Amino acid sequence: MRYMDEYRNPELGRKLLGKIEETLRKFPTKIAVMEVCGTHTMSIARAGIGRLLAGKVGLLSGPGCPVCVTPNDYMDRAVAWARCKDVIIATFGDMMKVPGSTSNLYREKVAGAQIAIVYSPLEAIGIAEACPSRKVIFLAIGFETTAPTIAATIKCAREKNLKNFFIHCGHKLVPPAMRALVNDPELRIDGFICPGHVSAIIGSHPYEFIAREYYIPCVITGFEPLDILEAVWMIVNQISRGNHATVEIQYTRAVKPAGNPNALSLMNEVFEPVDSIWRGLGTIPESGLIIQESYADFDAVKRMPVAVEETREHPACICGMILRGVRLPVDCPLFRTMCNPENPIGPCMVSSEGACAAYLKYENR
Amino acid sequence: MCLAVPMKIVKLTGTDAVVELGGVQRHINLALLSDSELKIGDYVIVHAGFAIQKLDNADAEERLKLLQEMLELL
Repeated sequence: MRYMDEYRNPELGRKLLGKIEETLRKFPTKIAVMEVCGTHTMSIARAGIGRLLAGKVGLLSGPGCPVCVTPNDYMDRAVAWARCKDVIIATFGDMMKVPGSTSNLYREKVAGAQIAIVYSPLEAIGIAEACPSRKVIFLAIGFETTAPTIAATIKCAREKNLKNFFIHCGHKLVPPAMRALVNDPELRIDGFICPGHVSAIIGSHPYEFIAREYYIPCVITGFEPLDILEAVWMIVNQISRGNHATVEIQYTRAVKPAGNPNALSLMNEVFEPVDSIWRGLGTIPESGLIIQESYADFDAVKRMPVAVEETREHPACICGMILRGVRLPVDCPLFRTMCNPENPIGPCMVSSEGACAAYLKYENR
Repeated sequence: MCLAVPMKIVKLTGTDAVVELGGVQRHINLALLSDSELKIGDYVIVHAGFAIQKLDNADAEERLKLLQEMLELL
């Protein structure tokens, strides 16, 4: 398949690996490189890149899975709405088994709740048009890649003058979380593999503070094995040159320095930044999005008050520490035994892009 | 979640398009690329039913070529 197969060439991959090893020979210690995108987590695990680089580069998985960093109270509210007779919940499939405090959407659906899995948020608009007597609530989570699609959907609902379509907004922004990570005294990060599709929207400028203030190289990276190896090589070269860190774009076929200005202006028209709670990282300033006042008639939290149960977390789950990159999935007492894909306890196991699910599927053979 | 795939435009109808990957076709929305010139045969990155960016073909080929040359020279 075009733009995929050519980036899976094993011969070029081996050569890149050789170059990385050669450059790293003069480094006294192993370097730590973090990715902050669930699709990178999966690509790295699937291609076995972690094992190929073992001993030379430690690849850390950061808080790159939106499902995983969404705190329990978001799910608890969705469950509370799902129990209302006149509500249809529309959601991406990833959210169905995400545990809330005492239930999840899958369980609610079995119990009779009306929950529709959609591929595009625009499908949720179709449901609202087809069911005028019901209130349709779309669960909008995701990073900057997804937020503009929701902004476009809200504008579409406004044009259609829909009165029964609402958004449960849980969007989060990646660069503020990266600042929280580099300020974490428990973590040492020598380079960032920056998310390719988030950057297709936001461009390269929002990461510049990391290179400038923290001297950490950043490389915006594609998702095929050669993309990832080339990015590691670029990071290693930046460290080796040692003059100053910069933000480089490896994924140039999809990312421009200015990103997608049209998508950014849609996002800014509909949403505004707000302090937001991340699982494992706590409250991070201006790291989330809320719906602007001018579009507040689509804000489910404002328009559809509902009683939500008290939030509880599983006491033994260490997803929070795994999301910060300070623990590995195998360090968790629940991993593979009590917490597994059939019975996920923490979000990192339930999401197909979660670090625990990736580790169990590819690394733990 | 940010999973997005390169797909080829096979049909254009105003703000919508039909795209294809490996024989699978999908209807997508082009609202996020309303300022880009798109034509049949172009590749776009598709996420959640929207094209989020147009792929730069010349750049993709050039970069692979450069990488290949660099690895052979070094």
